[in-house]
Parts: sequence; structure tokens; C-alpha cells
Amino acid sequence: MQAPSREAELPRTTVIRVGLVRHAAQVAWKDLRVELRSRELLYTVTFFAALVVVVFTFTFPRVDKKIVADVAPGMLWVAIAFAGTIGLGRAFDREREGDTMRALLLTPAPRVAVFLGKAVAIALLMLAVAAIVAPLLALFLPGATALFDAPLPLAVAILLGTLGFAIAGSVFAAALLRVRARDVLLPVILYPILIPLFVAATRVTSDLLQTPADLDDAWYWISFLGMFDAAFLVVSLWVFESLVIE
Amino acid sequence: MKRYVIPALTVLAAVGFVFTLWEVFVETPVQVTLGDRGQILVGQSLFFNQKIFYYHVANAFMLFAAVGTTGFCSIAYLKTRNAKWDDVALAAGEIAVMFGLVVLVTGSIWAKAAWDLWWVWEKRLTMSLLLWLTLVGYVLVRRFAGAGSERLAAGLAVFGTVAVPFIYVMVSQGDHHPQAGASGNVATLSGQMKISFWFSVLTFLFWFLALIISRVSSARAERRVRELHERAMDAGVL
Repeated sequence: MQAPSREAELPRTTVIRVGLVRHAAQVAWKDLRVELRSRELLYTVTFFAALVVVVFTFTFPRVDKKIVADVAPGMLWVAIAFAGTIGLGRAFDREREGDTMRALLLTPAPRVAVFLGKAVAIALLMLAVAAIVAPLLALFLPGATALFDAPLPLAVAILLGTLGFAIAGSVFAAALLRVRARDVLLPVILYPILIPLFVAATRVTSDLLQTPADLDDAWYWISFLGMFDAAFLVVSLWVFESLVIE
Repeated sequence: MKRYVIPALTVLAAVGFVFTLWEVFVETPVQVTLGDRGQILVGQSLFFNQKIFYYHVANAFMLFAAVGTTGFCSIAYLKTRNAKWDDVALAAGEIAVMFGLVVLVTGSIWAKAAWDLWWVWEKRLTMSLLLWLTLVGYVLVRRFAGAGSERLAAGLAVFGTVAVPFIYVMVSQGDHHPQAGASGNVATLSGQMKISFWFSVLTFLFWFLALIISRVSSARAERRVRELHERAMDAGVL
């Protein structure tokens, strides 16, 4: 903890608050620009997620219209979770290889802004993954096109699901940068605490695949996802600073 | 004082364990539910398999004590950054994994005997399993992440604590697990059953305290050695 500087005593709260969003956007934009130059994560991680779906369609060969609502949601969210885990590890490894995490934390931007920017960038990557995986499932599985009959709840569920994953994931992936065995410890830490998120997200997806779609239940689980994300965001903002020290 | 407390608690736990074995299996009658006319209701009686209750529930009490200690001490550690809290959190976390394993195994055995199922996805079981998994993650981080993992593990404990109400809301299947609360069967235990049960709780409480005190002191010793090593490195002695 550093001593409060003289500037901090000046009445600049509004400036700082605007600054937080701007700094977070700058961090996110930096990550996206690095990514758009090489497109390494975008290509490798989305291809990996597509492969997970293909492996699922081979390991569950007898999926028909009757059981698609039980099987497809699990495939969708397991593919997103696996791809997200790999993407998170790689995105933060990039900072470690260039030793740029320290530089990022040394910038005058508040650490919370660094966290928010990272989380947004990861969430965008995971949305790209979902944009590949969901149509692929609809293509491969009989009856899974019903997923797109109600695009709004599906989009909101995917948005909130990936956001929650990115929030908790960014905290722990950043904190794991300094320790050993980080590749395997990331899912070991993340999955137990994210089970409620996976359950709610698969419930929404499963509701949309019912005939007729159970939209009331879907929106109930979407609000559950929203509250889960809000709770995890608050905790992340609180702990990020004390977890990520250089 | 610690030199006497740990052996004393261990001896109390050992004596208590033998005593409760006697109480549970010899003194306490088998559980039967009686009908209006005093006849035994076979469908609602647990008979001999209720004996595992004295161990399952006593261990569950210790599990939740340990989990609560880990969560509370982790939050306190992140807030105060005083390593004393971290030692207690680590000790309680490891002990919670052990008690949790006992609870899950005894629960599973009892479920097979009483419901003819090894596992049911209902509230209490799901919650215990997920809490236990989070704690195993906590211990794995502490064991294998090396130096600097204390804060990380404390963060995990905080997130795990926040997830608990969501897990509770998430599980739709009703709570047909026997109640441990005021209206459940712990409060309504009769005569000898109540005595045996509370002796068992006391025994495992002694065991829990012996474990946690010894683990906290060993964690504290480990930390002191580490700090000394660092100071010796700084001073150029090593």
C-alpha cells in the first residue's frame, strides 16, 4: 500500500471516475490491438472450441431431437469453458513473457482499471468463441436450430455467462502469474466457484431448446446469471488489488 | 501451554472415541418410528443404519466449523494482511478437506442403506460437495503454487464464500435430507440417543481442536523458518 499522495486529497473524484472507465477501455483496446495484429488467440482458441464440439458430436453419436435439449447446452458451455480457460492462460502468459504485467501495474491507471480492461478483452474473445460454437451445434445436432428461435435470451445468456467467466477468470489468471503450476491450477480454482454460473447458463440454453421454449424459466435463470455476475464483480474489484502484487 | 494442550485434547478425543463407540453400539437402542398404537412403522424406521448418524452429523458439524473458519480468516487476512490469520485459514482449510471426506463417505454409505441410492443431487449434498471441491482447490493451491500463493488462496476462499447462496438457490431439488435444525431430528432426539450424539460431537470437537492447534503452530513455525531464511539471505549469511 502506498501512502496517499497530495493529489489524492484534491477534490477530483469525478475526474478519477471518468478516468477509471477510460483507463479500462485503454487496457482493453491495447489487448485487442495486440490480438488483432497476430490473431493468434482468435484463430487457435476458436478452432479449439470447434474441435471440442466435433469431439462431442462423435462421443455422443446418438443424439436425436428428443434428447437434444439435455445434451446440447452442456456441449455449448463446456466448449466455452474449456476455450475460455485456455484463452485466459494464454492471454496472461503473453503479459508474463514480455514482462509487461509489471509495466501495466506501474502505469498511473488504477489497478481496478487494469482488471476491468483485461476482463472485457477476455469476454470479447469468449463471445467470438460462442459465435462459432453455437451455430456449429445448431448445424451438427438435429433440432438444435431451435436455439436461434429466441435470439435475445440466448444472446443475453451468452453475454452474461462469458462476462462472469471473464471476471473471475481475470482475477485468478492475473494472480496466478507469479506462481508455479498455473496452467492446471486455473481450472482447479475456477470451476468449483463457477458451477452456479454453468448451471444457470445451461438451464437457459436448455429452456430455449424445449418445445415450446420455456421463456419464463429462461429469464429467471438470466436474472440469476446477472446477480451472480454482479456479486463476483464486486468481490473482484475488492480483492484484485490485494491478489495481484508485484 | 501448547505442549500440554495438544496431548490433552488428543487423549480426550481418543478416550471419547472409545466411549462413544460403547455408547452408540451398546447403550443406545436402534431407531424405530412408532405408530399411534405403539406398533413399529417399518417404512419410516431406520433401525440399525441410524448408528452412522452419530459419526456423520458430528463430522458435518466440524466440517462447517472448519469451512466457516477458513472463509472468515481468509477475509480477515486480505483485509488486515496479518499472516496470523493466514495460518489459521490454512489449518482450517486442510482440516475441512479431511472432515469433508468423512462426511461425504459416511453420507454416501448411509444414503445407500436408507434410500438405496449412493448419491442424490439435492441441496445439502450438492452444497457440501461443491464446498468440499472448493476447499480441495484451496489446499492444492497452497501445496503446489509455491511462494506467494497465500493471497491467491485467500481470494479463492472469498469467492467460494460468495458462491454459497447462489448454490443454495440453484439447486431446485427439495431438501429431503434429514434436518439438522431446530425442527429436525437432532433437536428431537430422545433420551439415550441425545446423550450418545452429543458425546460424539464433543469427541470430534476435541479432535478438531487438537488438529487445528497443532496445524496452526506448525504453519506458524514454517513461516518463521521461511522469514529467518530470507533474513539470513539478505544479511549474506547463507
